[in-house]
Amino acid sequence: MDYASKLTLMVSVVAVFFGVLLLVFFLAARAKGKAQTPLARLIFLGPAAVLVLIGLVIPAIQTTYYSFYNSDGNKFVGAKNYSWIFTTPDNWVFLRNTALWIVITPILSTVLGLTLALLMDRMKRESLPKSLIFMPMAISFVGASIIWGLVYEYRDPAETQVGLLSAFVSLFGIEPPNWLLWQPWNNFLLMVIMIWIQTGFAMVVLSAAIKAIPTDVTEAAMLDGATGWNLFRKVTVPMIRGTLVVVLTTIAIGVLKVFDIVRTMTNGNFGTQVLANEMYAQAFVQFDKGRGSALAVVLFVAVIPLIVYNVVQLRKEQSIR
Amino acid sequence: MSVETPGVAAKLEEAMLAPEADHSGMSSALRRNLSSPWATAFVVILTILWTIPTLGLLITSLRPSELASETGWWTVITNPVFTLQNYSEVISGGDTIPGGIAPYFINSFVISIPAALIPLTLALMAAYALAWVPFKFSNAIFLGIFALQVVPLQMALLPLLQLYNLGWFGLPSLKEIVQAIPVLGAWVWPAGGTSFVPMWISHTMFALPLAIFLLHNFISQLPRDLFEAARVDGASHFLIFRKIVLPLSVPAIASFAIFQFLWVWNDLLVALTFAGGTVATAPVTVYLSAIKGTYGAQLHLITAGAFIAIIVPLIVFFSLQRFFVRGLLAGSVKG
Repeated sequence: MDYASKLTLMVSVVAVFFGVLLLVFFLAARAKGKAQTPLARLIFLGPAAVLVLIGLVIPAIQTTYYSFYNSDGNKFVGAKNYSWIFTTPDNWVFLRNTALWIVITPILSTVLGLTLALLMDRMKRESLPKSLIFMPMAISFVGASIIWGLVYEYRDPAETQVGLLSAFVSLFGIEPPNWLLWQPWNNFLLMVIMIWIQTGFAMVVLSAAIKAIPTDVTEAAMLDGATGWNLFRKVTVPMIRGTLVVVLTTIAIGVLKVFDIVRTMTNGNFGTQVLANEMYAQAFVQFDKGRGSALAVVLFVAVIPLIVYNVVQLRKEQSIR
Repeated sequence: MSVETPGVAAKLEEAMLAPEADHSGMSSALRRNLSSPWATAFVVILTILWTIPTLGLLITSLRPSELASETGWWTVITNPVFTLQNYSEVISGGDTIPGGIAPYFINSFVISIPAALIPLTLALMAAYALAWVPFKFSNAIFLGIFALQVVPLQMALLPLLQLYNLGWFGLPSLKEIVQAIPVLGAWVWPAGGTSFVPMWISHTMFALPLAIFLLHNFISQLPRDLFEAARVDGASHFLIFRKIVLPLSVPAIASFAIFQFLWVWNDLLVALTFAGGTVATAPVTVYLSAIKGTYGAQLHLITAGAFIAIIVPLIVFFSLQRFFVRGLLAGSVKG
């Protein structure tokens, strides 16, 4: 299809959607008496309910079901796919990497974000640095991977290094390794991309929490002689504890599903595989329905406690307010 | 989306909307006491560090190919040579990259705009019904939808692919149904080809739980009197929806629309699974991911392509920062 045809299609779909909706609204508004409210309820709630059922509820059940079946989905194999995940030595790489990602990335992003939030709270002009550090959140993981691929670009020592990191270490007379093949440290280089994206998120949320600490609390602490590090440890951190947990768990949830970065940078090669990319590879490259489904279920189960903790903290915070 | 949205969104609002004015957190005496040139230096250095990678991308994309592949981008300081040649080659295609990024860029728009507008509208309708047309199961349904945010979309990919191409439970597939539409069917979903329809539907379905949750939080806070007065005057729910809910929800609608548009624009996983890799329907993220593998060594081209792909989110970010931040933060747990 050429551009005009595609754009016509887009406009038509939106027009048909709103046209049908308006027509239904127009007709249903003419209903009189007792039928009116149930009809309105059906029209307002029905489409969303059906879509959520087809798009999430039924697939989740099917995926759980397939996770106990073989690669074609036609023979019951019990928990074999799950035992494959956890007992195959080849898989320990992606299990280890996922664990590293989920511990290191949220903690480093949060520590950096908190430091920035604290320091900026005392600065006169914080808008510009805040915007620039938050900006990576707007960029896709694929875009971020290309940006960082340029930083990690490696050339043979005989040539000029054009990657920033390679050129930087060369300044100190160190011969740069081929960064993305440099196991196991390449995992940390990939995590840097996620930290680059998430620090701005942590900073903005924590900055708001710090500003929300009542002035009398900090002043009272200062009258009692608290300064610098003590003030931070005894007053600031306890006051924003709930927000810290929310930030940590939110980033951890994002990290568990991280797929784009690993796929674009290394495609999981060179010891950098993670759970979400392995799921995609099993389901859509190996076409192993059973293993792909089992990996999706593991992802699902791993996310649950994080989300529950996240939501509980949010509720607690809101009830305090 | 004011105070009642998840705490994160409310916090963001406080943080980004009045960054200069609100220093209630600490007294000015305390701030003076603690501020130091070291703190400022640290912030400045980190800001520069955070910006350099993107700057490197932009500069590399503007350099002639030999310079880009043989010297570091920072050498522009001593050798400032720029060209737009890379962009014209990557946009419309050239000797190295046939075809170019332009059709994928169009695809991204064709996917993202309906995939933002449709779930937004459906979610707004559902949120209104759950908040203001209550019945016995309203709370249970709301909680159920809220809980569905837990399901990672990885759980839905394989079954949905089957629904679209093969059908469930022996019923016709989405593809068969669309292609059976007289005259238009072959246009919307060409035989043997891919279609935008699975992308629109998938993104709509995946967006609904979060959208309903956020919009419900907003709509349920609108003043009760408004709805009661309108009902007493004999207004139908449809009239109330159009004349009261829609205009009053504009801030929440704008935040969510921007969040969802960018989420879809930046998505790779859903696109790889349902849009295929061809120029017919694949968005820029899929194209970039593919040329990163094939033409990764052509730094001048891959950087120009990446910049074209991220320019849309960056424009949205810098021009609509207020809505953007609120939407992005409120939606940060999506997926």
